Amino acid sequence: MLEITPTVEAMGVSKRFGATKALDGLDFTMRPGQVTAVLGPNGAGKTTFVNLLATLLRADAGTLRVCGADVRRDPAAVRRMVALAGQFAAVEPAMTGRENVEMVARLFGQSRRDARRNAAEVLEHIGLTEAADRTVRGYSGGMRRRLDLGASLVGRPRLLLLDEPTTGLDPRSRNELWDVIRSLVHRGTDVLLTTQYLDEADHLASHVVIIDHGRAVASGAPRELKRLVGRTVVEVHVREASDLERVAATLGAISDSDPYIDVPARSVRAGLDADTNRVFAALRPLDDTGIVIDEVAVRAPTLDEAFLTLTGNPQEDVA
Amino acid sequence: MTTAAIAQPVNQASDNAAGLLTSVTQIARRVLLKFIRSPQLVVVGTLQGAMFLLIFRYVFGGAITTPGIDYVNFVVPGFIATGVLFNAMYSAVGMAEDLEAGLIARLRSLPIPRSAVLVGRALADTGIQVWGLVITIAIGFAVGFRLHDTLPAALEAAALIVLFGIVFEWLFLLMGMIAGSPQASQGFALLIFPLTFVSSAYVPVASMPAWLQGFAENQPVTVMVNAVRTLTEGAPAEALVGHPASYFVVRSLIWSLALIAIFAPLAVAKYRRG
Repeated sequence: MLEITPTVEAMGVSKRFGATKALDGLDFTMRPGQVTAVLGPNGAGKTTFVNLLATLLRADAGTLRVCGADVRRDPAAVRRMVALAGQFAAVEPAMTGRENVEMVARLFGQSRRDARRNAAEVLEHIGLTEAADRTVRGYSGGMRRRLDLGASLVGRPRLLLLDEPTTGLDPRSRNELWDVIRSLVHRGTDVLLTTQYLDEADHLASHVVIIDHGRAVASGAPRELKRLVGRTVVEVHVREASDLERVAATLGAISDSDPYIDVPARSVRAGLDADTNRVFAALRPLDDTGIVIDEVAVRAPTLDEAFLTLTGNPQEDVA
Repeated sequence: MTTAAIAQPVNQASDNAAGLLTSVTQIARRVLLKFIRSPQLVVVGTLQGAMFLLIFRYVFGGAITTPGIDYVNFVVPGFIATGVLFNAMYSAVGMAEDLEAGLIARLRSLPIPRSAVLVGRALADTGIQVWGLVITIAIGFAVGFRLHDTLPAALEAAALIVLFGIVFEWLFLLMGMIAGSPQASQGFALLIFPLTFVSSAYVPVASMPAWLQGFAENQPVTVMVNAVRTLTEGAPAEALVGHPASYFVVRSLIWSLALIAIFAPLAVAKYRRG
């Protein structure tokens, strides 16, 4: 069998800050040619992981490789292959967009002419050609974030690390940034992005790793992860919160896992593995109980639900 | 947004890195551009220096006696020499700003020599120091300061001041990194006040209480100020401060080397650890 060098390979990676274990034996493999999302609540260890890959931090234990290069033993080689775009737009406000990108190109060892040409290409790609010669002070938040991404791209990295790239952006800017990120893989740059937004992982990533408390708790294609909840989700909204327990007991009869009761939403949710015929059989006992049902939905599971099932964190903690 | 092809990623990773000279130049250029394009920094810094000089020259000056030498000739060398400390504050704040904004994280993730970021900044800040120096000297001459020694001696004084600037640069870069935020690094920079005011920069040390004289007489700023003062003002200044110029020049060089030997490695170590 042909061995393909993984873009990222983490084995038992641990990192503590004082008494806090940010990463606690993280195992993770990222295959080339895809956008991989690292998904987890605040404090799960996402940023620590990215900082280890960017050689900004050193792991306490474990092995971490980028395209075969060991992050601890050969950080210089890793720095030549990765680029980092952070939660903050790390661009110089007093310089123009073009000057920012050209500076990073020069720092990647490109000649003045190459830097100028590559910067122009990148600026075109991120849609900032018209604003390129204005100082960044006048840029919007979305433009700064795209410029930050552009500055990371100009070094032609093998692996682009995006730490919560769209945090704090309005929906339109977020969509523009997503377009750019999607287009990267076609050009041979693998993208590892961290996010706490499940729909972002769903939209962008072909592979998702869910981490919680410094460990990978699940990984797979978004579709596979959703299937961990079941093939189908039945959701019943009731009028009176006092009826929730009885509905949960009824739905429990058809579900392999315990139904999830959402008190504020006055709903009960259960995942099903088998075909939907059982749904109707399971709901029938509710007919004679006098429980007022506002809405019944039978639908595909969301990544939110997969996340909830895996981490046991209520969704509110994720935001 | 277009789909224009951007260059393919390089596979020969070894090509993808800048040398020390390019890195230092690019980083220094950035710091200078930021300074030049922030008029508030240039104007406020210049006005502040000018205002203090005018206050000392015309308000306090009349109450301070400097036997054998005009107060303006006594205080302007003091201002020029201590100016490097006030200007170095900009290094601490600038470094802290870059840390806070994530710029340092980006630079540390780039394939450049690790020393390049600090060296580039120190170089650019030295350029900014020279600018501040030129302004202070010009104002000094405008309010009556005159040289009373040879031109080579004055040039020697100027070279020493640039050296002092580089020395304090490293101390303040370290403070900026330890502070971590621009506000906190301004707080740290308050350390400047005991160093500059409890020195011979603005008043003769002999006018201070005896317990303070011990510190004032021997701390580096006094030695540096007196080196500049005796080189520019000659015999009357030497008589007032009690030693010839060579005495202060040698001691200020020793102080400079010692301070650099302590703070430059500390700053580099702090930068490496992040």
